[in-house]
Amino acid sequence: MSLTPTQTQDQKEAFIQRGRSTASAGSGRNLLEVSALKMHFPLTQGIIFQRQVGAVRAVDGIDFFVEKGETLGLVGESGCGKSTTGRAILQLYKPTGGSVKFEGTELTTLGGEQMRKMRRKMQMIFQDPYASLNPRMTVGNIIGEPLEVHHLAAGKAKTERVQELLRIVGLNPYFTNRYPHEFSGGQRQRIGVARALAVEPDFIVADEPISALDVSIQAQVINLLEELQEKFNLTYLFIAHDLSVVRHISDRVAVMYLGKIVELADRIDLYERPLHPYTQALLSAVPIPDPAVEQKRKRIILTGDVPSPVNPPTGCRFHTRCWKAQQICSEVDPEFIEHAPRHWAACHFPGA
Amino acid sequence: MSATATPLIAMAPARRASAGLWSNALYRLRRDRLTLAAATTLTVLVVLSILAPLLAEHVFDRSFEQQDLLKTYHPPTLDPPAYLLGGDELGRSQVVRLLYGGQVSLFVGFVAAFMNLTIGIGLGLISGYFRGPVDDVITWFITTLNSIPIIFLLIIITTLFAPGALTLTIIIGLLFWTGITNFVRGQTFALREREFILAARTIGAASWRIMFRHVLPNILPLIFVLLAIDIGTIILAESALSYLGLGIVPPTPSWGNMLSNASTYFSRAWWLVVSPGATIFLTVLCLYLIGDGLRDALDPRLKGAS
Repeated sequence: MSLTPTQTQDQKEAFIQRGRSTASAGSGRNLLEVSALKMHFPLTQGIIFQRQVGAVRAVDGIDFFVEKGETLGLVGESGCGKSTTGRAILQLYKPTGGSVKFEGTELTTLGGEQMRKMRRKMQMIFQDPYASLNPRMTVGNIIGEPLEVHHLAAGKAKTERVQELLRIVGLNPYFTNRYPHEFSGGQRQRIGVARALAVEPDFIVADEPISALDVSIQAQVINLLEELQEKFNLTYLFIAHDLSVVRHISDRVAVMYLGKIVELADRIDLYERPLHPYTQALLSAVPIPDPAVEQKRKRIILTGDVPSPVNPPTGCRFHTRCWKAQQICSEVDPEFIEHAPRHWAACHFPGA
Repeated sequence: MSATATPLIAMAPARRASAGLWSNALYRLRRDRLTLAAATTLTVLVVLSILAPLLAEHVFDRSFEQQDLLKTYHPPTLDPPAYLLGGDELGRSQVVRLLYGGQVSLFVGFVAAFMNLTIGIGLGLISGYFRGPVDDVITWFITTLNSIPIIFLLIIITTLFAPGALTLTIIIGLLFWTGITNFVRGQTFALREREFILAARTIGAASWRIMFRHVLPNILPLIFVLLAIDIGTIILAESALSYLGLGIVPPTPSWGNMLSNASTYFSRAWWLVVSPGATIFLTVLCLYLIGDGLRDALDPRLKGAS
């Protein structure tokens, strides 16, 4: 079989692609692979003839993978597209572009019914435990619903399974007839966790699962999530803006800014040797619980606001607020490349 | 499976066992005296209307069209019982006519409202949940329907079909649902953006399930109130329509046509206005109270049960 010129060209490009070692590079251990994922929300004008006048580029081309059994933390300011990323991965929003592969299956092209069946394997824990539980359903019905939907249990078996799930998340199994409003925030979040666990998923997107909770309850829920991960071999995408919590729970951390991932590395690597100036600025804002060290701590204070995602800056999106910015930063969008083993960053002057 | 985490709350004995929303609602309703009284009153009205032929024959000894021109404008009296509520301009027994009128008015009210509700909820849910082109088509249809003068439409229908209680019911049932659809659509719009709907999609619930298990129960209490208002409106609208010669043709009585008829004789015989007026008022009041009671009974956040 002879190679036509185009085929050789393709193969050459494929080789270059592989050599570049993108952050979403395929490997057998990856549960989830996201590449060039884009989620734009159109802005329209006009009443009868709606024309698109622009788009909110909530997520604008991100690449990453999640390995089986790990926790990938996703941090960033509010409005940077963290939650949108989580929802686009679970196909709760139809992504504008890019690919999401779960266990090798491309999710973006799946039909409605196929995707509905895939949802057994991937679940979500929501930020607001008050808004994410139907106020007119009993706890038993809320947790039992996924069992019904996927025909996992019915009748007495369902009741027993619901009680077991309540026990697993540390709630009284006889609470099945109560309504969400009868519980505290922490308890409600446990109900949300039990609902996600009902279908025995492999992957859970935890969308700021503790930021709506009282500080005294946060640790309990974090510990519960860790316990469950060990017990059921779960993989988490943990979205948060609390850097110390992310440091505690994550194996690897991705930092997002204005719809893009700017840095992705193993936890220790990222916290000890941040390459991207935005990550450096974020980390410098974390208080240290030691007055002597805290006094000497040097803070990097960013000036200005986050630019609008409707009209992001040219070149590097961070250049408008970056103290290291040069001419090139406003002209060329830095590539997201591996600067050290398993340490990706998108910056023209990393680490400096 | 053994408990992973120790339960935060000491095991308390299970409270009153219940199966869910409806059994709880029933439990609460049984303790709500006002709603029970309203339900009883309405039931009595319905039963009396159903028994109208029997009562007319055995108690009042009058048919609803039997005239007695010597007793025109007879004031209310206990003897004979046929003139319990007086006699009308042709000396007919007001009480017997009121009972027969109940048959027509309640039938038209309930059946037409039920039709309105079915169409209204169905289209409203579909329109509000799916949005996009489906919503555009339904909204366009509603706007078009609402922009046609209803009188004009009714006159056309009258010439096409034989007027009668059943025709009237079907016409009202098929034409008056747009308000309910708009209401349900608006509520669905608001609800579908709530996080628990997103959560339902995340667990893999199909669209019909989200519409009927998550959206509908959250608007049902308001729908009950809407239904009560709708039945009241229909009972009153029926009289207006009968006046046009559509629907109830005299001498068949209905509460509506009795009321509009009696208004002419108000200065001579006030009781002819009061009895159908009070009956309509009582019916609508009972419906409102029941709707209100159901709304409270279906709200798990209101204490009172268990």
